[in-house]
Parts: sequence; structure tokens; C-alpha cells
Amino acid sequence: MTFIRGGRIVAIAALVALGATACSGGGRDKGEDSEQGGGGNAAGSSGYTIAFVTHETPGDAFWDKVRAGAEQAAKDEGVTLKYSNDPDASKQAVLIQNAVDSKVSGIATTLVTPNALAGAVKTATDAKIPVVGLNAGIDQYKQLGALMYFGSDETLAGQSAGERIAAGGAKHPLCVIHQQGSVSLEARCAGLKSKVPGTENIQVNGADDAAVTSTIQAKLAQDKSIDYIMTLNSQVAQDTLKAQEQAGSSAKVATFDLDTQVAQNVQDGKIEFSVDQQPYAQGYLAVSSLYLYLKNGNDIGGGRPVLTGPSFVDKSNIAKILPFTKNNTR
Amino acid sequence: MSHDVQAARPAPAAPETPAASRRPGLGNRLLLRPEVGALVAALVIFLFFLVAAPAFRSMESFFTVLYQASTIGIVAVGVGLLMIGGEFDLSAGVITTSAGLVTSMFSWWFGVNLWVGALLSLIFCLAVGFLNGWLVMRTGIPSFLITLGTFFVLQGANLGVTKLVTNSVTSPDISQIAGFSSLGAVFSSNFGLGPVTVWITVLWWLLFVALATWILQRARSGNWIYAVGGSPESARAVGVPVVRTKIGLFMAVSFLGWFVGMHTLFRFNTLQAGNGVGNEFLYIIAAVVGGTLLTGGFGNAAGVAIGAFIFGMTNLGIVYAGWDPNWFKAFLGVMLLLAVLVNLYVKRMATARRTA
Repeated sequence: MTFIRGGRIVAIAALVALGATACSGGGRDKGEDSEQGGGGNAAGSSGYTIAFVTHETPGDAFWDKVRAGAEQAAKDEGVTLKYSNDPDASKQAVLIQNAVDSKVSGIATTLVTPNALAGAVKTATDAKIPVVGLNAGIDQYKQLGALMYFGSDETLAGQSAGERIAAGGAKHPLCVIHQQGSVSLEARCAGLKSKVPGTENIQVNGADDAAVTSTIQAKLAQDKSIDYIMTLNSQVAQDTLKAQEQAGSSAKVATFDLDTQVAQNVQDGKIEFSVDQQPYAQGYLAVSSLYLYLKNGNDIGGGRPVLTGPSFVDKSNIAKILPFTKNNTR
Repeated sequence: MSHDVQAARPAPAAPETPAASRRPGLGNRLLLRPEVGALVAALVIFLFFLVAAPAFRSMESFFTVLYQASTIGIVAVGVGLLMIGGEFDLSAGVITTSAGLVTSMFSWWFGVNLWVGALLSLIFCLAVGFLNGWLVMRTGIPSFLITLGTFFVLQGANLGVTKLVTNSVTSPDISQIAGFSSLGAVFSSNFGLGPVTVWITVLWWLLFVALATWILQRARSGNWIYAVGGSPESARAVGVPVVRTKIGLFMAVSFLGWFVGMHTLFRFNTLQAGNGVGNEFLYIIAAVVGGTLLTGGFGNAAGVAIGAFIFGMTNLGIVYAGWDPNWFKAFLGVMLLLAVLVNLYVKRMATARRTA
């Protein structure tokens, strides 16, 4: 049967693999792996434990950077970090409640669904646990009782991007929403539309690259007047470049978020610019600000939200930023 | 793979398929073919979009639809066979991502030729399929539960391992590794045919459909598949190797999942570890819309292919028509319900005739 033959094949493959190690280019850079792995909680020498609760959908590159930033801050400051996440609002509320129950020193949380999280945040503030918000909830964090906020203003980010593409001559841009019902993605597109009234939204299935590509390709075939495509995450930007090539469209492409490939494409001129909200900084600042508050009573932002974006990455500054994307910090 | 269940053992004639056991009039015979309802639906939807969506009328659009259908349709062929055999596989969506991740990360980490990574990934996927089938047969727990477990294990492992190996949740860019172009030619090349671009997945899809049709109609293992899906006990009683047939079907699904995973990897160079979730339902929908009975024992490969084509057509037709694609899932749901109703009707007719 196949699986018995399979056993032999595994053995052969393993031998071939071992023999062929390091014979091919394009692989991992073998010099650098010892210092990789930037996370991990240090011994917790400060004695503080900080809970970090997000609405991350598992496997999202953006959130991975937020988390990397938070872990680096925890390491730098000797804080024990407890990371947890759930995209479902009611489950995220339970995670915050868990943190309160386990009597952490501070809580950093995203406030993506303020109404659903208000109760849990209140139990935290009632228990005298300081809370900071990050990434989402810029308009609500204060009334919920959070002390500080770190993130991008999505509407402002959309507007800034809109101004930019309007200056570039965009009349009929396409705004690609890869996650149905996401408030922050809708806010970006709405911001875009406020500056370029011809903006049209399109919904794609962000979990299937082939589907994203063919949907955008179909849209480009249906409407030849589309002159700009705005994607809202880095993977969709890659898919869009493929679709554009297939459809023979000359529309320009810009995106939110940054990764190695987007950075490379910005450098190569295939992507006009990226709107970066600096997720690594969001995670880092949220943890550091709690640390400073606990240790020193500091109030970062002076009662106002601290904006980590929109930070534009384009040809003018890509040379400086490109190396950081390879470290998973930008 | 499906070939494996063809091993020689003289088996007495398995119970015949319902469609072949009667000789009613032509109209009824047509109605009793699983793909006819889907074919009618496909034609109606096709004509509908021809009228409603000007951009749908070009050949380029038609081939984009075929491409979209092929990436769903290839795995759906296997899922359809498995469902005819009376089982489900909920891990079929994420295994496409697992397949790509194993290939890319193994080759990237060790710096070896991608062919080695692809082969290793194939073995990995076949092993997952084997494990699914073996656990189902060994424990008697419904495949729905077993493969739900596999689904979660793979989903978590995709994330966990990717993060461990690459320190991010995106797989590394493999386009510079040896073997990329040759594998790309096999799995994700395209060629121009007049004004249109034909993706190789469309050809592979047709090939797999033809192969599955041949197995179901002509090969002895085809009879076995209908038999184990219709009634495992009587199948076993007449000497059909039930365990081997079902395990083979699970392995066929994961083979095809591997295939689509290779396509995605070599077309897009990198993968996000969270991808693929949800596609398992699209495969099942394609199979059901194509006339496969959820209870097993009935259906065929052409029907499943038509189901996948309907999926691709609706998905993109809405975009070609310039409508709000937020509604797409609602359309899909309505179609699924209609298909199930048609299937129910057909099944009632079939049983009524048998008892008459």
C-alpha cells in the first residue's frame, strides 16, 4: 500500500535533503538565525505582569508584528507578558476578564468593538488595573476608562491616502476590502472616498489568494476606468499585482501595511506607496507605556491618543526601511 | 490516490448504482442523472449573467471564471468522490495551505531544491489523508468529527510551525530557490490561446474530472466507491474492501489538496499561514450542487465539476455585473438550498420507483 512505499520515500527524501543541504540559493540566510526569535518573555525582573489582549485573527502578518513589538518591550523592561487573542468580540471580553481575575499589573487591549468590551474594561478599572488601548478604538478609549491609546486613526489614514492618490490624478479608485464587516477597513475606504468621490469598494475573500486575484481581475475587466487600486493589507497587494498583470490594466497600486515583498515592490516602483501604521510600534508602546505608568506614573500622550500612523513608505524613504521589514519589525 | 484501491482481488459484483438498475423512460432516466439538475442550473445562471453583465460576455472573462472554478474544482473532485463513498473531509481546505507551507519552509530552511520539498509535502499530505481514513475506519467515529479534529490540528500547526521557522506568519519568498521555474511550469503556468489566457490548472482540473469519471464508471474501484457509500455493511458482505476503499478516498482528497496547494504556492511565491480556512465548505457545496448526495452512494464527477463551475461563475459574475459582492454568500446559500431540494426530489423519485 501507498503508505508503506511512502515510508521508503520519506527515508530517501530525507537522505536527498541532507545531502543537498545548502546547494540552492534563495533559502534562509544561515548566518543570522542565532539572533532571531526576538520574542520570549524575560525573567520578569521588574515584577510586573502585563496582559496583552487583541482581536487578532490567527495567522495574520500584521498582528504578528504587533505581538513582536510587545514581546520586545517586555523583554527590554523585564515585564512578564501574557498574550492572548480572539477575533470574536465576546470571547475577547472574556480574555480581558481572565486577565482581571488573574490580577495582572496592567492590561493592553485593542478596543475594536467598544460596546462589547466596555463591561470587561470596566471590571479592570474597578479593580484598579490600568488599561491602555491600541490599534482600534481611538474615539472610545477614554470613555471606556483606558488611560492611553496607541494606534493609527483609520479615517485619517484613509483621508491622507486619498489626498495622495488624488494628487496623483486618481479619479476612480478601487478600495479592496479583504475581511467582511471590518469597521476599520470600511473606515479606511470611507476616508479614501471623502477625498476621491469616485472611489468604489470591492469585497474579496482574503483567505484565498487565487480568489482575490480572479475577483480583482474580473473587476478590472468589468470597469476599465479604474485608475488606482488601494489594497488594505500586504498579501492582497501581491495578489492585486498578479491580477493587474493578467488583466493588462495600467491602474496604479497602493496599499496599507508593509512586508518584505511590498517593500521590494515599492522599491521596484510596482507599488506607489504603502500606508504603514507601524504595528511593531503599537505593541511596543502599549507595553512600555504601562511599564512607565506603573513604575513612574507617566502619562504618554498627555491625555491624547498617540498616533503611530499613517506613516507613508515610498521611493523616497524605502532604502532606509527595507532592512527593517526583513526583521519583522516594520 | 484512487489507483491504490484497484489492487487485485476478485470481488463479486458490488451492488449496482441506483441509476443503472432501472430502465425507465428517457425523461426519467435524465432526471435521475445526478448532474442534470446542476447542468440546467449552470445554463440558467450562464444565460442570466450573459444578459446582466456585459463584461461577462468576453472569452477572457469565461477563462477567468474557468480558472476560479478550477482552483475549487480540483479538490472538489476528490471531495465529491469521498462523499459518494459516504464520508466528509473538513480538513480539505487547510491542507492546501499546509501543503504549500511544508514545501516552501522545508526548501527554504534547508536550502534544498523545491522538488524535494514538494515531494516531502506530497508524502505529508498523503499521510494526513491516510490518517483521516484510518482513524475513521478504526474508531467508527463519524468522519465529520475526525476531520474536524484534523482541520484544527493543521490550522494550528500551520501557524505555529510557520512562526517557529520563519519568525513571521508569512512563508518566505521561494522564487529564488532552485526548482521554482520547473515546478511553476507544472502547477501554475499559463499560455495564450488567441486573446485568452489559459491557466494550466484548468487542464489539470479537466484531467482529474475525466479520471474520476473513468474510475466511477469503468473501474471496479468505482463500483466499490458507490457500494461503500450506499451501504457499507452489504458492501462488506459481498467482499468489497471497505477499509481500503475509504482510506484511498481520503488520500485522494489530500492528494488533490496538495495539488492546489502547489498551485497557490508557485503562483504567489509566499503564503499566509492562516489561509485556506473556509474553502472546505466550498468543495462540499460544489459537490452537493453537482448532485452528490450527502448520505453517500450517489453522484458523479461531471456533476461536481459543474458545481465548481457554478461557484466560479456566480462568484465572478456578480463582480462582472458590477453588483455589490457583499451579497455573494447569500447567492451561494440560495443555490445550495435549491440544489439540496432538487437532490431530495430526485432521491424520492428514485426510491418511489424502486419500491413500485
